[in-house]
Amino acid sequence: MKIVVCIKQVPDTTEVRIDPKTGTLVREGVPSIINPDDLGGLEAALRLKDSLGAEVAVLSMGPPQADVALREALAMGADRAILLSDRAFSGADTWATSYTLAAALTKIGYDLIIAGRQAIDGDTAQVGPQIAEHLHIPAVTYVKDIEKVFDALVVKRMFEDGYQKIKVKTPCLLTVLKEINQPRYMRVSGIFDAYKEKTVELWTVKDIDVDLNLIGLKGSPTRVNKSFTKGAKTAGKVFTVTPQESAHLIVEKLKEKFLIG
Amino acid sequence: MEQLKNGVLVYIEQRGGQVEKVSLELLGKGRELATRLNSTLLAVVIGYKINACALEAVYHGADRVYVVDEPLLADFMSKPYTKALMLVTQAVTPEIVLIGATSIGRDIAPRLSVCLHTGLTADCTSLEIDETTQGLLMTRPAFGGNLMATITCPNHRPQMSSVRPGVMLKPTRDVSLKGEVVKFPVKFTPEDKDVEILVTMKETAKKVKIEDAKVLVSGGRGMGSVDNMPLLYTLAGELHGEVSGTRAVIESGWLDKDLQVGQTGKTVRPDLYLACGISGAIQHVSGMEESGLIIAVNLNPTAPIFEVADLGIVGDVTKILPLVNKELLALKTNS
Repeated sequence: MKIVVCIKQVPDTTEVRIDPKTGTLVREGVPSIINPDDLGGLEAALRLKDSLGAEVAVLSMGPPQADVALREALAMGADRAILLSDRAFSGADTWATSYTLAAALTKIGYDLIIAGRQAIDGDTAQVGPQIAEHLHIPAVTYVKDIEKVFDALVVKRMFEDGYQKIKVKTPCLLTVLKEINQPRYMRVSGIFDAYKEKTVELWTVKDIDVDLNLIGLKGSPTRVNKSFTKGAKTAGKVFTVTPQESAHLIVEKLKEKFLIG
Repeated sequence: MEQLKNGVLVYIEQRGGQVEKVSLELLGKGRELATRLNSTLLAVVIGYKINACALEAVYHGADRVYVVDEPLLADFMSKPYTKALMLVTQAVTPEIVLIGATSIGRDIAPRLSVCLHTGLTADCTSLEIDETTQGLLMTRPAFGGNLMATITCPNHRPQMSSVRPGVMLKPTRDVSLKGEVVKFPVKFTPEDKDVEILVTMKETAKKVKIEDAKVLVSGGRGMGSVDNMPLLYTLAGELHGEVSGTRAVIESGWLDKDLQVGQTGKTVRPDLYLACGISGAIQHVSGMEESGLIIAVNLNPTAPIFEVADLGIVGDVTKILPLVNKELLALKTNS
């Protein structure tokens, strides 16, 4: 079985802060990580490899720095890593991104494509299902468990209020939740191999078969009109009084707003 | 079938014949946008034996509801649902398509955007019409809620957005409202059923839906320990509300993941939000700042939660909450 895992390098958003003076986003010093849902996807692929034998490739689209994320995936046990990086891809929205990734996936070849449900920087959850639609293959999203049975996969698809067990034949695409597993750590020898023995293949626009009008900013139906940080809501009154007086203030406020009788 | 151009189309999501609340919220927003565009509010409901859902859409403001009612659609399946929604959208050619950002909406909306070759903006928290272009301005949070971005879709139609549950106001149900219900037959081929559903399970445990709660008593790191969590439950009980919490509290295992408020949790807008020992990281605030009344108790006088609170109390929440509970109990026994 040939598995390709799509991963994205993201800033750890829990570390992102707003500069209180300028109101702008502070990105300096924010660590980059493999997106958590994608890491779950990689671990799921490696477990299929461990139990059944599979070839696991990782694919990422991003700036040259994303090399680190792909090396990490190699160190965990991926067999092959491809970085799609080209100025021609920049400014892509989810439509153009999924179109570009779909072209790379066609070139790599796959039985199973695994993507994380959503990335923590954009939070769109769109690229996975969009890739499946470009490739005209079945997709199951919000997957929390994968089992291989004969010629198909049985997966657990989560909803807010329950789940489905779904049988799907390959080739197909799954988007997985980070809760699917606990990703393994990189082994020291794995890290060594990732830098000495293995390579990250760098693909540019010339390496894939795409319509230049459908990639990057030009191929993106959506545009960022403006971005801004939120203005603060006008603050109310703040009191520093004894616990007893504090409790009384709260109860009075609830009475005032008819929240209690 | 008559081609009706330039309406606002809302996808009415149903599960087991029950309309999801977010779909009704979208009808409220859709009506506002349709009025601004001098246009009609359309809805589409997909499933099997779902006529009652179509009527609910009418009672919440839809001028016309398209119904795709087929046995194959009894259980949610990505491909047939996407196909049905695509065919209706192609026939109706709306200016705008609105879909709830649920685990179902976020499955079919991206696929639809590829089929139709148009833009899709995820998880919008605000939708407005641009005065000059008449285009849709779709505002959404990014970078864990640290940044807001307004997205447009200038040259492709329809303009599609998914919207988080709990962000828009649900219109009042009015059974005197009139609307047209139109059957929209769709032919499916065996290839459309590209997966096999083996089991469908509803979670049996009663799930608390914090996004539907009128009152939320919410705990943060300042609760100190899991042993103090009952204070929240007592207060929530007195106020007929539910308990929720911050990411820190959920990650400490003090509350279930379903009860998390904020960027990576739920967006809530209760009438009352009581922030107990919550410092107010922007990821949290972005999920609750639309609440009616915000009362915050925190030890740190410079905590950002006080910037959004209507009433702020600087103090130890574990000392103050027992006194609030006591005072409420006294009020009850006196009356």
